[in-house]
Amino acid sequence: MVNTIYLDNSATTKPLNEVMQAFMVVNEQYYANPASIHAMGVESNDLLMRAREQVADILQTEARNVLFTSGGTESNNAAIFGIARSNTHIGKHILTTEIEHPSVLETIKQLEKEGYDIDYLSVDQNGVISLDDLRTKIRKETILVSMMHVNNEMGAIQPIDEAAKMIHEMSRAVLHVDAVQSFGKLAISFKGEDGPDCISISGHKIHGLKGSGVLAFRKAIRWQPYALGGGQEFGLRSGTVAVPQAVALAKAARLAIETANERAMKYRQWQDEIRAQLEGYGESVHILSTPQGAAHILSFSVRDLKGEVIINAMQKRGIIVSTSSACSSKQTKTSHVVEALHLDEHYKKGVIRISFGAHNTAEDIEKFKQVLAEVMLELKGEIK
Amino acid sequence: MIWKEILIRYGELSTKGRNKMDFIRRLRENIRHAFADLGHLHIRTERDRMFIAIENEAQMQTLITGLPKIFGIQSFSPVAACEKEIETMKKLAITIMETFNDEQRTFKVEVKRTDKTFPLESHAIQREIGGYVLPQFKNLSVKVKQPDIELRVEVRHDATYMMAQVIAGAGGMPVGSNGKSLLMLSGGIDSPVAGYLMMKRGVRLEAIHFFSPPYTSQNSLEKVKVLANELTKFGASIRLHVIPFTEIQVLIKEKVPSNVSMTTTRRMMLKVADQVREEIGALAIVTGESLGQVASQTLESLTAINAVTNTPILRPLISADKLEIIDIAEKIGTYETSIQPFEDCCTIFTPASPKTKPKLEKVEHYESFSDFDELIERAVKNREVYIFPKKEEQQQDKFADLL
Repeated sequence: MVNTIYLDNSATTKPLNEVMQAFMVVNEQYYANPASIHAMGVESNDLLMRAREQVADILQTEARNVLFTSGGTESNNAAIFGIARSNTHIGKHILTTEIEHPSVLETIKQLEKEGYDIDYLSVDQNGVISLDDLRTKIRKETILVSMMHVNNEMGAIQPIDEAAKMIHEMSRAVLHVDAVQSFGKLAISFKGEDGPDCISISGHKIHGLKGSGVLAFRKAIRWQPYALGGGQEFGLRSGTVAVPQAVALAKAARLAIETANERAMKYRQWQDEIRAQLEGYGESVHILSTPQGAAHILSFSVRDLKGEVIINAMQKRGIIVSTSSACSSKQTKTSHVVEALHLDEHYKKGVIRISFGAHNTAEDIEKFKQVLAEVMLELKGEIK
Repeated sequence: MIWKEILIRYGELSTKGRNKMDFIRRLRENIRHAFADLGHLHIRTERDRMFIAIENEAQMQTLITGLPKIFGIQSFSPVAACEKEIETMKKLAITIMETFNDEQRTFKVEVKRTDKTFPLESHAIQREIGGYVLPQFKNLSVKVKQPDIELRVEVRHDATYMMAQVIAGAGGMPVGSNGKSLLMLSGGIDSPVAGYLMMKRGVRLEAIHFFSPPYTSQNSLEKVKVLANELTKFGASIRLHVIPFTEIQVLIKEKVPSNVSMTTTRRMMLKVADQVREEIGALAIVTGESLGQVASQTLESLTAINAVTNTPILRPLISADKLEIIDIAEKIGTYETSIQPFEDCCTIFTPASPKTKPKLEKVEHYESFSDFDELIERAVKNREVYIFPKKEEQQQDKFADLL
């Protein structure tokens, strides 16, 4: 599709040229197995180490606490299973929020079947948990709190630092943060004394490549290996390490961090502009994302209209947007996040998410606003 | 920027009368060497302290990160300066104390008035500044004895200098102030630690490593190079002599009974090392031996091995426990490298049951049937020498585009 404007960057992003270039070169020149003892293996291992150190520097931890994975889902699965199963001597109580990504929720449901005790934190209409609620739910035998930083469907930001402080004061629980939507956009790292103990990152959300992710720890914690075999990745995740993916991720991460501030300012301005236009439609539109949320995600709902209708109308005019999340967009039932926000029935079906990325320009946003106006006019008869 | 210089307090050399200027000169050279990347540093030395002029914030950060690794420094402090005028001094005091406004702390103001023409006396200055600072920081409270922070004010002839932060140095003596020794660097945990401890006492090191390809891999040699490079972080360059040792080891295996072959191997290594030592003009040989740790490190073994030379063999770890050695290795950052599991020349030919109490006469008897001296000459002659710190540019650049 020529001239298409892609505004679905929370589903996935277009890789940067520099990242693809690096990926190519590593595949051409440093393809040897980093575990091999010959010179070529040593060389790819050196490169892998450098990539690991680069990610560790960005996250403010040690290289040995950075694990390369196949993506956000694997990182989340591994973190939750690993921490839960190796801390049963403390307890079996796990806390999470109602609006986590399915890769967290489904994993935790599996643990529930295995006899773990799960409590869910509800969110207010802004998509944010209550710290008071958290305080009442933490127990001495809580072993894991899994909390996303930025929600993928509507951009709400959770108070990670305050939660971390509370969790660490009241329990021995590990705080796992799914930072797939926030890394490279908002500050998230192990900097400072209190904060996350464990962070999941995905490469393809930051203009890196699909099939690459990171699971990182503040410090070595009690954790179970989950892929058994040759003992790669410090024995925790066996399998030949994908050096090209690791390098691509390290590069994408560096570029994302370097440009995070200027992009955030741009995204915020775009969000404000579109928000102003949406507010002009009065009752016809409900905006799910709050101005306190992440700059790159803006979700809204058109009254009594199916999201699909709007997506199709926009697509016809060369604009790609999405229903609330790519993972749930093909399912017909209302997303769990939308349910958790207790939206008015009229607004449940038509949630649209636009999400900005590094390739978007101010012209794209102008075009989007124009198309939005056209579509709203066209569909006017159907909006009650 | 308010920062003018970094004040460095000397380590033990403050107490040494003789050779003091030489020690100070060494320290200055070592600092220059360690921060060569920063370009030419302006360093002013005095009898009891040294000052590095600060030009920009980035330079200061690099110095603050690197100085704690350099031997011969007791402690150091970033120093700010302003004109000798009490109002300006008060304002500077506020700026300095702002670095500490994160948590509850006790403090006091300590004043030294070198310039006796300054109108206010020390006590008055103390009162003025303390009285000005205290109400502005809720987190500060006064404590005269052992406060967390001491805001030191010095009214000198040229300006007023102020500092609050005191950062601990590595102690010890400047590397090179106590001559040069040859370190036997195996690639294990102990030898880098032994090297570090000798450097701390002011010894400049060269290192020797025995390489037996194809029985030992390129990886094990790379590991030793990394370790040698690590040691240069403590303020001096290191030359690594890599000895081709295969020929000697094969001959030992052929000619000497296996239960004393380890002793002979050690003796040959020491002979080689001693020749290299003589060539490079080093005075002693340093090893990571620790009493009783392995068969070659019993008193009997050490005696049999040591018999090949009169050169002083320095064994700084002789009384250390393995755990103590590991602690230091972790602290100095060599542990992670040392534990990488590659065969080295000590592990590859290890007999099943080496004698823990070898008899010197017997060892000498077994050795007497072969001419090792010629092989030793050749090994010494054919050694390869590497210089560290390695210019990392090549390696760095190779990957820089990718990352």
